Amino acid sequence: MAKTKVLERKPLTFAEKTFIPQILGGLKTTAKTLFQKNITLQYPEERPAIPDNYRGVPTLVKDPNGREKCVSCQLCEFVCPPKAIRIQPGEIDAEADPDRAHVEKAPKEFDINMLRCIYCGLCQEVCPEEAIFLQDIFTLSGYSREELVNNKQKLYELGGTLPDQHYKWDKKKSAEAKGNAH
Amino acid sequence: MDTLAILLPIAFALAMISVFMGLCSYSVLAERKVSSWIQGRVGPNRTRLPLIGHIPILGNLLTGLGIFQPAADGLKFLFKEEITPGHVNKFYYYLAPIVALAPALTTMVVLPFGRYVDPNGVVQPLVLANIEIGMLFILGISSLGVYGIVLAGWSSNSKYPFLGAIRSSAQMISYELAMGLAILPVFMWSAAPGSEHGMSLFGVIEAQETVWLALWQPLSALIFLVAVFAETNRLPFDMAESETDLVGGFHTEYGCFKFGLFFVAEYAHVIMGSALFVCLFLGGWNFLPGLANPWGDGLFGTVLSVVWFMSKVFFMIFFFIWVRWTLPRFRYDQVMSLGWKILLPLAIANLVFNTLLIALIDTINA
Amino acid sequence: MKVDSIVDYVTINIDGQDVDVPKGTNIIEAVKRVGKGKEVPHYCYHPKLSIAGNCRMCMVEMGMPMRDRATGEAILDEDGVQKIGWMPKPTIGCATNAAPGMHIRTSSDMVKESRNGVTEFLLINHPLDCPICDQAGECRLQEFSAEHGRGYSRFIEDKNVKPKRTKLGPRVTLDDERCILCSRCIRFSKEIADDDVLGFVDRGTYSTLTCYPGKELANNYSLNTVDICPVGALTSTDFRFKMRVWFLKRTQSICTESSVGANTEIWSREGKIYRITPRRNDAVNDTWMTDSGRALFKAVEEGDRLTHYTIDGVHKTSAETVVAAAELLKAGKVAIVGSAQSSVEEQFYCKAIAERSDASVALVSHIGEADGILLSEDRTPNLRGALVNGLINTLPSQDLSEVAKQIESGAVDTLLVIHEDVTMLGISAELLKKVKVIYIGLLANDVSEGAAIVIPSLSVFEKDGSFVNQSFRLQRFKAAIPGPRGVVSDFMVLEHIAEALADEKIPSGSIDAAWEFIAQGVSQFADDLRWTRIPEEGIELDPSEFLDLAFVETKNLKYDPVAFKEAQAATAEA
Repeated sequence: MAKTKVLERKPLTFAEKTFIPQILGGLKTTAKTLFQKNITLQYPEERPAIPDNYRGVPTLVKDPNGREKCVSCQLCEFVCPPKAIRIQPGEIDAEADPDRAHVEKAPKEFDINMLRCIYCGLCQEVCPEEAIFLQDIFTLSGYSREELVNNKQKLYELGGTLPDQHYKWDKKKSAEAKGNAH
Repeated sequence: MDTLAILLPIAFALAMISVFMGLCSYSVLAERKVSSWIQGRVGPNRTRLPLIGHIPILGNLLTGLGIFQPAADGLKFLFKEEITPGHVNKFYYYLAPIVALAPALTTMVVLPFGRYVDPNGVVQPLVLANIEIGMLFILGISSLGVYGIVLAGWSSNSKYPFLGAIRSSAQMISYELAMGLAILPVFMWSAAPGSEHGMSLFGVIEAQETVWLALWQPLSALIFLVAVFAETNRLPFDMAESETDLVGGFHTEYGCFKFGLFFVAEYAHVIMGSALFVCLFLGGWNFLPGLANPWGDGLFGTVLSVVWFMSKVFFMIFFFIWVRWTLPRFRYDQVMSLGWKILLPLAIANLVFNTLLIALIDTINA
Repeated sequence: MKVDSIVDYVTINIDGQDVDVPKGTNIIEAVKRVGKGKEVPHYCYHPKLSIAGNCRMCMVEMGMPMRDRATGEAILDEDGVQKIGWMPKPTIGCATNAAPGMHIRTSSDMVKESRNGVTEFLLINHPLDCPICDQAGECRLQEFSAEHGRGYSRFIEDKNVKPKRTKLGPRVTLDDERCILCSRCIRFSKEIADDDVLGFVDRGTYSTLTCYPGKELANNYSLNTVDICPVGALTSTDFRFKMRVWFLKRTQSICTESSVGANTEIWSREGKIYRITPRRNDAVNDTWMTDSGRALFKAVEEGDRLTHYTIDGVHKTSAETVVAAAELLKAGKVAIVGSAQSSVEEQFYCKAIAERSDASVALVSHIGEADGILLSEDRTPNLRGALVNGLINTLPSQDLSEVAKQIESGAVDTLLVIHEDVTMLGISAELLKKVKVIYIGLLANDVSEGAAIVIPSLSVFEKDGSFVNQSFRLQRFKAAIPGPRGVVSDFMVLEHIAEALADEKIPSGSIDAAWEFIAQGVSQFADDLRWTRIPEEGIELDPSEFLDLAFVETKNLKYDPVAFKEAQAATAEA
């Protein structure tokens, strides 16, 4: 067992016992802070600068050509600790959207329940298509529970487009066009 | 002539209540503003009245200072939903806020807040009732304020208010002793034998024309100041509220306007305490120690004396707020031991010492 | 069924550990017997199919004890232990049978390297489809790439492009890019389904799985190819893109399509069934099942379910309904139309009701065409359960003309119908009006329309129970999803009615409590048998009492009536 070292406490002087010097010292401190510059931000008018890696409201993003990136692999739904994400996978209609027929899969429904979301960012981390991002939105409010469930349309509205240059599925398509087949 | 004699005091009283209540509401604003400045914040700066608030520069300035905030606060208290918990004793529950506020307002009757020179060339106090026993009256009435708190705590029929009320009454009793003993030397010095002022506050102020009693009786001033903090339930002595351990203390079960009354009562006590301290120890409207009063005999001089008195009171209010945001709250047992073991013996010693001193001086003089 | 109890064992050494395995076992199975999670990774090998040996994933190092070529004497090392002659190159485990003294290394550097190489080659042209691939989560390639692969690709050339989304048949979609050419599906079609439609065309990396020209994969076993596909090449068109498998809860169940009683697994999530797959039971269905059996849950989902207990069309609670039903049954002149769809437990209480209300019991047999594999003639899952329970002692006829006659003659006032739509079976709707009907059933039909009391029942996916299949094997099924709100399990309702008919109280509430009575009441069941104690593979019951009955089943995958009788006779003699 470690030896306990007893520290001698310095006995208080008479002045200290009266507390008065200490109280005066405190008053001096507060008097100083009284004239310091305020650090308050006038919120709705002034907004804080949001750093790039901020984890705000999760959103779905589109690629620079405005196409849906999510393929509803449901990994985010799987990894989501509070089970806030709900996806109903769907198939891309090859006739209605021949350009993207080779992607095959896209979410039919994509709901994120913001009442459950804990902003952990695991969905962003796990996404193999880089389709879900926690961006800079930090103000979230609504009058009903339903309002706070972001559906697919809302998620894309919030997400917008991110300027990445992967074009994974375009590359795939060009390989197909190039005809490496027999 | 007779009707005027009746109506005039009523008009004076109403005017004084109006001014006093206004002061209360603006001390609330002062509290919020000073606390926010001390904490590096801005404080209330959004409330804007329609017409005045839109005057180009002035409107923005006033809004930024939160000048219109008390109106919004008051309206909020008035229009909030009136909720009476089902478990309270209704009669006392409603009575308590009134009992809390009334004594605080009543004490100002004997408070001199300025002076004028009457046609006979005699200096007279500006006061609603210049009675001989002013200080006794104040001590007597202001002690009634604790009834409001005790009633509130008891009638709420709930543990936290009850504890708050118990603490508050014990604290009041403890510190009243020290307070009473602390001001005895003041009157012993000011009311010299043969003086006609007796226990009236005007006499004390007049006696301080050359030397403020805070300088002459610093120990009394200190004891009185600490006791006033305790009597007004202000931090570091707000045992009655003590939101960290008692939720909201005696007013836990109160809401809307009833809570507003308690709120106003607290600030009324603060103002009364400040004014009393100014009267007793800071020379009232007397200019500065050692300097003759520069106020003239005319109306202008009267106004100046009132302004000077009020600025001292404002400083004291500021001091109350300043202390609140500087010191942490005492533990309850610390409050008790400070009151009984330190302040009371000190006050008694002070009294004995002054008594002996006066007796000595009298003997030598005689 | 011949009991072959004499099995030759050989001892082989796997990673330094001696294991006894039956003669003829290949290395993959032998390593499995070692346990401890030891496994030889493989794609093309399937225990129920012939061995192709074309994926090369199951490479192991093999060695035999050394002998002097000239004298045939054992060569010993310094310690006097026989030296092992290790083969210079690895060999495939699936096509290597255990031989006495054989030594196997499953995790040597050479083995690891060869697996790594095989995995790299398999992945060269494999598309990075995992996010959109339905196999993800149960994909052998995914698992083995993680375990044995290198983790990154050295392949910088363009990948091969092959047809995606080819419809091989009405239920199977093929993604050729994902195919690793293991040929399991080809062998299955040829050997098990006996419908040779699949084959490879082209050579090298251009090899492609297709249907033969003019043919399609349309047989009733086509979805088994999807099950055995180790990658996501063959996918079920119905289950495609519906749900990731890792969200699905698996529940053991029994297929109700026919008396084969194929063991199944129900994959469900939050009260919704997504798919049904076969569960391996070598005595019943190996690892296969019919496509039609997989689609049975849709009929329940889409059908017009009965969801409320009703008396004369008015919604009541289950307790009120039970009381009313018991009152009707007490009045006498009762006939019961039981069901071979009911579980053993339900039939047991049905019999109790019949005894207590002095009712005659009739069952209906449903006969269909058999395919000789896993679809038998008898299209009910539990006819033998009714026999074992004693609910009936002869085989039922195909209609209810007997009951119809009784109703016409006025001998019957109350008819308790379980599951069967009697209007289709010889009792016309007009005739039905002459009696008071208590109907226990799943879906609304003409009988429930005119019934005095309607008791909704739960589907096989929603309740616990057991069936007795064609070879008198008692098998257990579990509830996978909750039933409609407020609907009580069928056997409980029947139990309460039976209870109300007699003075005795049956203190039960769980299926095992009910089994205390069932095990006592049915001679075929051991007294301590409980529902929870029925093993996964089922229990063989003693069928000797019923051997003389002329069952309709003909020979199929695991059942041959002639051989079955002979085997039973042989055991009886012994």
